[in-house]
Amino acid sequence: MIIEIGHFALILAFVLSALQSVVPVWGAVTSDRRLMAVAPPVAGMQFLLVGIAFAALMQAYMVSDFSVVNVIENSHSAKPTLYKITGVWGNHEGSLLLWVLILVLFGALVAAFGRNIPMELKAATLGVQGWVTAAFLLFMLSTSNPFVRASPAPMEGNDLNPILQDIGLAVHPPLLYVGYVGFSIVFSFAIAALILGRVDAAWARWVRPWTLLAWVFLTLGIAMGSYWAYYELGWGGYWFWDPVENASFMPWLAGTALLHSAIVMEKRGALKVWTVLLAILTFSLSLLGTFLVRSGVLTSVHAFATDPARGTFILGILVLFIGGSLALYAWRAPLLKQGGLFAPVSREGALVLNNLLLTVATAAVLVGTLYPLVLEVLTGEKISVGPPFFNLTFGPLMIPLLMAMPFGPFLAWKRGDLAAVGQRLYAVAGLALVAILVSAWWQGTDRVPAALGVGLAVWVICAAVAEILSRARFGDVGLSTGLARLVGLPKSAWGTAFGHAGIGLTLLGVVAVSAFQEEKVLTIRPGESVEIADYTLNFSGLARRTGPNYVDDVGHFDIYREGRQVAVADPAKRLYTARQMPTTEAGIVTFGLSQVYVSIGEVHSDGGADIRLYHKPLVTLIWIGCLVMSFGGVLSLFDRRLRVGAPKPARRKMAAAGQGGD
Amino acid sequence: MTRLPPLAFGTWPASWAKAPERHGLVSHGNGRSKMTRKQRRMTMIAAAGGVLAVAVGLILVALNDQIVFFQSPSDIVGKQLPDGQRIRLGGLVEEGSVERGANAEVRFAVTDTVESVKVVYVGLLPDLFREGQGVVTEGVMKGDGWFHADNVLAKHDENYMPKEVAEALKGKGVWQGEE
Repeated sequence: MIIEIGHFALILAFVLSALQSVVPVWGAVTSDRRLMAVAPPVAGMQFLLVGIAFAALMQAYMVSDFSVVNVIENSHSAKPTLYKITGVWGNHEGSLLLWVLILVLFGALVAAFGRNIPMELKAATLGVQGWVTAAFLLFMLSTSNPFVRASPAPMEGNDLNPILQDIGLAVHPPLLYVGYVGFSIVFSFAIAALILGRVDAAWARWVRPWTLLAWVFLTLGIAMGSYWAYYELGWGGYWFWDPVENASFMPWLAGTALLHSAIVMEKRGALKVWTVLLAILTFSLSLLGTFLVRSGVLTSVHAFATDPARGTFILGILVLFIGGSLALYAWRAPLLKQGGLFAPVSREGALVLNNLLLTVATAAVLVGTLYPLVLEVLTGEKISVGPPFFNLTFGPLMIPLLMAMPFGPFLAWKRGDLAAVGQRLYAVAGLALVAILVSAWWQGTDRVPAALGVGLAVWVICAAVAEILSRARFGDVGLSTGLARLVGLPKSAWGTAFGHAGIGLTLLGVVAVSAFQEEKVLTIRPGESVEIADYTLNFSGLARRTGPNYVDDVGHFDIYREGRQVAVADPAKRLYTARQMPTTEAGIVTFGLSQVYVSIGEVHSDGGADIRLYHKPLVTLIWIGCLVMSFGGVLSLFDRRLRVGAPKPARRKMAAAGQGGD
Repeated sequence: MTRLPPLAFGTWPASWAKAPERHGLVSHGNGRSKMTRKQRRMTMIAAAGGVLAVAVGLILVALNDQIVFFQSPSDIVGKQLPDGQRIRLGGLVEEGSVERGANAEVRFAVTDTVESVKVVYVGLLPDLFREGQGVVTEGVMKGDGWFHADNVLAKHDENYMPKEVAEALKGKGVWQGEE
């Protein structure tokens, strides 16, 4: 019964989304306030209905209702409760339901909190959001319905893919989807603005908080996914340039560019046409990612051709939305008025450079991701485009971006003075140079690229700190006033500093791991020991341990440093009994910012085992940097100017907070 | 870009007009350099063109050098591959061919049931590596007749058979259906 309620709610939500697609947009175009007023309550209702559908499916998983096909295929009665819940989105149908839930959540949020948005824009935005919702609900109901029943119901389910039975799955997809799908509302804002033929700085101010929100979640989602792959797959890698990873990385790159171009538009009224295009492209890349992951085209071009229903449908959605929005853009964008002028060397100029490099880098990732698919379709030739391709194309584009990044926040709007900024960055450049020399001296001169990488990271991090300190002007106003100024700085200034410093931290982690990590692969027997970096690992043997739906062969390692025991590591070889599928559980021990990583391979009959052992210096900085970046985004989000739903900016307070941020 | 009159339909709330719009053909600077809008736009376009050209160059070079072709054992047996050319060799792990040596060295044969290639690999095999199952190995064919793999993949999702392997085997008429 509950399943049927969920199914019915989903159908009702589709009907409402169809209504929302037409009525408010028509109202906005004809200035009919009654028609426009339909949008907010309908958006709220859709969220409620899809929420009911989601709850119904979750309930089926919780009670292991094996009369539902989706539950049979992805659950097992012995599975721990947490994984019964997360299993809801650990499969095609369920993850699409989560996708749509987040889509309508953003519609409902705009309906509820977008009080300061003009009625026309709000109605048209929600209408466009309705188009996307209707398309995806139709897709779910016609090809990927999670509420299909099985008769007769089997006694037991097939269990969830063991690799997905991890706390990582509880967190990673929801975070990622909030980010990914969150860009839908930015897309809707852009299309609404094109329909209404009007975009200005105020538009950018309304759109920026939603962009920021989506970006923060996408950053966290990607970082979480990376850490999950790192500890769960047992290869010790944190990024594989896999098409599925690229699918989420491309919207992140475009979204980062959008975040920056929206600043120019908000502060200076410039780059409007470009910002609208970027808003469209960012969500288009989200849709492309959904197509790549959900259509089966990555598993096999031929699987796509033999089971065409799903793939073709998403491809249709993709073509319709990307093609349609770009056509609308081509038609309407010339109507948008141009904004403020600026010299090439200026804050705007720096942000344009940022956008240029980020979008070209996005294009490079796009080429690397799609090329194998296109080549296979056209010639039947099968190739793999792996890390070497991306290192050669993406890397060189990031280097000028990161080198130029510190200059941006120091440059004045409209016309900047590069020499003056250079003077203020002297000390930072000196620190970076010292970092390069120390690193080259410490690691040997044959590691020059790594030393330069360390220098670049130090340059970026220290410049972010210097920028925030220079705003306090300790030299001019003394310590206490300086501190007061520091506290009173606009939150967006702090956001910029944290965001930029976070990139530097991540870069430092990436450079340290790729240049200085140590790796050993060997066979070890009980009682033997192995050394890596400053650590000695004593292996005392394997023991069997039984979990709720698996059995573990746990290896025990005592880790010594300078003769003293400092930690233990318990990597395991795990066998999930329902699917007879083995997984590797790495043993990871964190020392400061670095980690020792042990994973077990083949277990031998004499009690020995093949192990892979890593010392990964500063590896945690890769994810700490992402957290710092996200924190910067959150700070910016709380800037008074952007506060969602804030009726009017409090002018008095903003003036007191200093001129720095605006 | 031409400026067209505002749209005929719709009226605009007063709040939309708040943001300052800046127009004009001369720069607002302190007069050190006067660039017209056209010159500025040309500067931007030149910068964009430069970055784009570099990126296209990099992508072309990378697509030439850094991609790895997928081959089945029948594709490479009896052929002389260029020295040091990396390929992806895919097929089934031949039954009874897996031999483990010291320090995580493993030797096995990859077959497409017509031809088979001997592979040597040092490292941990993926969890789903089994005799008789699909595998993709990446590495170089050496003069000693062994394929020296530095990477062994078995898909880690529910689609157990790596796609290239499934297709190569379908081509040989061995593989039926999805697992």
